[in-house]
Amino acid sequence: MSDVLTAPRSRRNIELVLLLLALVVGIGANFLANLGRNEPLGDYFWSQALTLGLMGLFLHIVLRFRAKYADPVILPIVIALNGIGLAMIHRLDLSALSVNPEFTPVAPQQVMWTAVAIGAAAVLLLVFKDHRILRRFTYTSLIVSAVLLLLPLMPPPLGLEINGARIWISVGFGTFQPGEIAKITLAIFFAGYLSTNRDLILLAGKKIGPLQLPRFRDLAPMAAAWVVSIGVLIFQRDLGSSILFFGLFMVMIYVATSRVSWVLIGLAMIAGGVFVALELFSHVALRFDSWINAFDPDVYNRAPGGSGQVVQGLFGLADGGLLGTGLGGGRPDLVTYANSDMIIAALGEELGLIGVVAIVMLYVILVSRGIRAALGTKDGFGKLLACGLSFTIALQCFVVIGGITRLIPLTGLTTPFMSAGGSSLLANWLIVALLLLISETARRPVTSTPMKNSFPEPVGVTGKIGRTRAAREGTR
Amino acid sequence: MNQAIRGAWVVAVTMFALVLGSLTYVQFFQAAELTANPWNNRQLYQDFDRQRGAILVDGRAVAQSVPSDDQFNYQRVYGEPERYAHLTGFYSLSIGSTQLEDAESEILAGTSSSLFYDRVVSLFSGAEPGGASVELTIDPQLQQLASDLIPEGQRGSIVVLEPSTGRILAMVSKPTYDPNLLAGHDTSIVAENLAALTEQPGLSVYTNPATESLIAPGSVFKLIDAAAALESGEYDAESEIPNPPALEFPGIEYTLPNFVSGGCASRATADLEFALEQSCNTAFAQIALDLGEEALRKQAERFGFGEELSIPTRVLASIFPTDLTDPELAQSAVGQFDTRVTPLQMAMVAAAIANDGEQMKPQLVSSIRAADLELIDSPQPETLRQSVSRETADQLTEWMVNVVDNGTAAGAQVAGVKVAGKTGTAEVTDSGDNAWFTGFAPADDPQVAISIVMENVDIPTGQQLTSPSAKRLIEAVLNR
Repeated sequence: MSDVLTAPRSRRNIELVLLLLALVVGIGANFLANLGRNEPLGDYFWSQALTLGLMGLFLHIVLRFRAKYADPVILPIVIALNGIGLAMIHRLDLSALSVNPEFTPVAPQQVMWTAVAIGAAAVLLLVFKDHRILRRFTYTSLIVSAVLLLLPLMPPPLGLEINGARIWISVGFGTFQPGEIAKITLAIFFAGYLSTNRDLILLAGKKIGPLQLPRFRDLAPMAAAWVVSIGVLIFQRDLGSSILFFGLFMVMIYVATSRVSWVLIGLAMIAGGVFVALELFSHVALRFDSWINAFDPDVYNRAPGGSGQVVQGLFGLADGGLLGTGLGGGRPDLVTYANSDMIIAALGEELGLIGVVAIVMLYVILVSRGIRAALGTKDGFGKLLACGLSFTIALQCFVVIGGITRLIPLTGLTTPFMSAGGSSLLANWLIVALLLLISETARRPVTSTPMKNSFPEPVGVTGKIGRTRAAREGTR
Repeated sequence: MNQAIRGAWVVAVTMFALVLGSLTYVQFFQAAELTANPWNNRQLYQDFDRQRGAILVDGRAVAQSVPSDDQFNYQRVYGEPERYAHLTGFYSLSIGSTQLEDAESEILAGTSSSLFYDRVVSLFSGAEPGGASVELTIDPQLQQLASDLIPEGQRGSIVVLEPSTGRILAMVSKPTYDPNLLAGHDTSIVAENLAALTEQPGLSVYTNPATESLIAPGSVFKLIDAAAALESGEYDAESEIPNPPALEFPGIEYTLPNFVSGGCASRATADLEFALEQSCNTAFAQIALDLGEEALRKQAERFGFGEELSIPTRVLASIFPTDLTDPELAQSAVGQFDTRVTPLQMAMVAAAIANDGEQMKPQLVSSIRAADLELIDSPQPETLRQSVSRETADQLTEWMVNVVDNGTAAGAQVAGVKVAGKTGTAEVTDSGDNAWFTGFAPADDPQVAISIVMENVDIPTGQQLTSPSAKRLIEAVLNR
C-alpha cells in the first residue's frame, strides 16, 4: 500500500483561527444558557470564558513550540466540546438552583478540572517530546494499570461505593475514577506489547480453513484483556468501563495482527462474558430488561434499575425535535444524571437534532483525525496507541448515545469532554495530548531523524527504525 | 497495519452512523409518539412555566396564574375557590387538570390552533406568548346566592339557565372544595390534600355534580310524560285518566302508589292539569303504559336524554332505561327505577318548555380573548332541537304555573310574577330522598330556568330547600 503523504506545513495559524471559532462556540453557548434562563452573567460566565480561552491559547502556544506539526483540528474540536459541556452543566446548575438555593453548583468544579486537565495535557506535551518514549514504560504501564484498577476496591476511606459501582476513590477534595487513567496506561501497555511481539504472534499458529488460529500462549494478551474486563464488571460492577476496556483491547489486537480470526475469538468471548454476566449479575440483567421493556409500567417505575431515566431522556430528545428548545428553554433537568451520563439527552433537547448531529460530527472528525495520525506515523507503537485511543473515543460515544437513544442497553459512561466529572475530563485531555504528539510525528517533515534508544530491541525482529517498509508493515 | 487501522476507522464511523440514525429516529420520526406518551409531562412542565390565561367571571379572575419564585415561573391561583371549584376544576402538576382547566386547556395555555396568529406575532415582537383568557356566562351575584342556598353539609346542585340563549347564569354544587389545595407545585403536599379531600363524604374533586352526577329525577320527570302525552295527540287538556290510589300489576306483588298524604286521593280520575298539580303517580304510570316505552324515550331524547354534551366541560348523558317490563316502565315514568338525570338536564327541560319548545345548547363560556385582549371567539346561541311543539310548550307552561299557584311547588310563588314549576321526590335510600324543583319564570316572558336538587334529605327539609330557593333565585334575576 502507498505511504500516506503529509504536507510539511505546521498549520498552527489555521489552528489558531479554528481555536478562536471554538471559543466563540463554547463561550457563546454559556452566554446563551444564561440568556435562556434569564440569569445575569455572573462570575461563572467569566471564569468559564477565561479558563477556556487562556488554557486553550496556552496549549496552542505549547504546540507551537513543542509539536509544531501536530494536527491543527484536534485542539479546536476538543475546546468546543469542552465549552459546550461546561455551558450545559452550568445551565443545569441554574435549574437546580431555582428549585433548591442550597444546591452546590457543579460547573465551577468542572471549570477547575478543565484547567487541570488542559494543564496536564500541556505538561505531557512538554515532558514527552516524542510518544515513542512511552514504549519504554510498557510493563510499568501494566503495573500502574493494575494498581489503578485495584484502588477503588480498597476498603474505605480510600475506595468508595456509589450507586452500587466501586469505581471511585476518595482524594481529599473529591472523588476520582482511576479507571479512566487506567484506560490510557492499558492502551500504552497493549501498544507496547503488541508492537514488540506482533510478528511472533502472527507467524505461529495453525491454519484451519480460512482462519489462522493463534497459538495458545499467544492468546495471553487476549486473555489478559478478558480478565481485566470481566474483573471490572464483577468487582467494580461497572458495565460501561468493562465494554470500553474490551473494545480497546479488541481493536488493538486486530490492528496489530490484521486477523479477523482474533476478532471473532474476541466477540465469542464477549458473548460468553455477557451471557455469564446476565446469569450472575442482577444489575446487568436489569439493564437488559430496562432496555427491551423500557415502556413497561413495572419496568418504568422500578427503582433502582428502572427505565425511567432512559425514557425521560427519550422524552427530552423528542421534545427537542429538529431544532431544539434553545439553551435554557427546555427541561433537561427532569432527566436524572442530566449533566453526566445523560448530557447528550440534555443537549439533544435544547440544541435539537441539528445541534446534536453537529456535536456527533465533531466527534467523527476528532476520531478520524486520531486515526489519521495512526495511519501517518511510522512506528507500530504509535499506530497502535493512536488507533486504540481514537477508537476508545468512538466506542464511548457509541455506548453513551446508543444507550440514551435505546439502540443498545444504557450503561453508565461519560460523554468524552462534555460530561461532568473530573477524572474523565483529565483522562480524555491526556488522550488528546497523546494524539497530538503522535500526529506531530506523523506530519513532521521526513527530514527529522528517528529518535535514538527509544526502542527496546524486540525478540526476533530487527528493531531498527530504519527497517524496510516490508518489514515494518509485517505480513499482512 | 494501515489496512487494519482503516478497518477500525470504518467500524468507528459505522458506530457513529448508527447513533446518528438512532438520534434521528428518536428526535424526528418517533418524536410525536413520545410526546403523546402519558408519562411525558414535559408539555405540562412547559405550561407551568408560561403565563396561563385567566378564567373570568364578569371581568374578575376566578382562576389566574401569578408569578411564582419556585421551580416554575407561575402559580395557578383560584379566587372564590369554593364557589367556582366545580366550574374551573383544578390545574395540577401531579394529578392532571379537570373541568374548564382541562376542557379549555389549549386556549388557556395559548397552544390552541385558533391562537396561531398571536403566536406568530409574539415570535416577532418578542413578547412572551401568554395564554388566552376565558370569560364565563356566570352571573357572580346569582352564583353566590345559589351557593348560599345550599347549606353546608348538604349535598345538592343548583343550575340557572337563560332559556332563550342557553347561557348558564349559575351552576353550583356542594359539598365543594378549594382547588388551590391541588394546584400547588409540591406534589407530596398535593397528594396529602387530595387524600384528605377524597375522604370527605359526597365529594369528588374530579367531577362537577351538576353535569356529571346521574340522579333519579322522581316526579320532575312527569313533565316529560306530560309532553309525550300531548305530542302523541292521544291526550289533551280534557283527557280524563284513571287515578287509583295504587296501580296493581297482574301476576306480581308490586303496586305503585300515589303519595299517601298528597292531594291525589281527592279524585278517582284526573285530567293532566290535576295530575301534574298533585303529582299523581298512578295517572302518569297509566299514560306511560298506554304510550309505551318507545314513545317516552323518544320524548326524553328530544329533551336531550341519551346525548353527551360539551359546554365545553363534559355533560353526561341522562338515561331513560330500555327493555322495560310494565312495572318497570311505570316506575321509570315517575322518575324512579333506572331513570337518571343530571341537574343540568332538568334545567334544560324547563328551559326548552320556557323557550316555546326550542331547546338551546347550554353554554358556560361567553368569550375568549387573547393575551392582548383581542376577541378570539364568542360562542353564539345554538339551537339543539325542537323538544316539543309551541302548543305543547304553552300547554305545559300553563299547567306548570298551576303547580306553583295551587300545587306542590307553592313555595316558589313570587308576588306579581307568574312562575312555572314542578317538584319531585325520588326515593333512593332508606335514609332520605332526592328533592327536586325545576321551573322557569316569568311564565309569559321566561328569563330564567332553574333546576334544584337536594340529595338524601327528608321530605320537609327537601321541600324547604327547593321551591323557596327557586323563589329567591327568580327574585334575584328579575331584580338585577
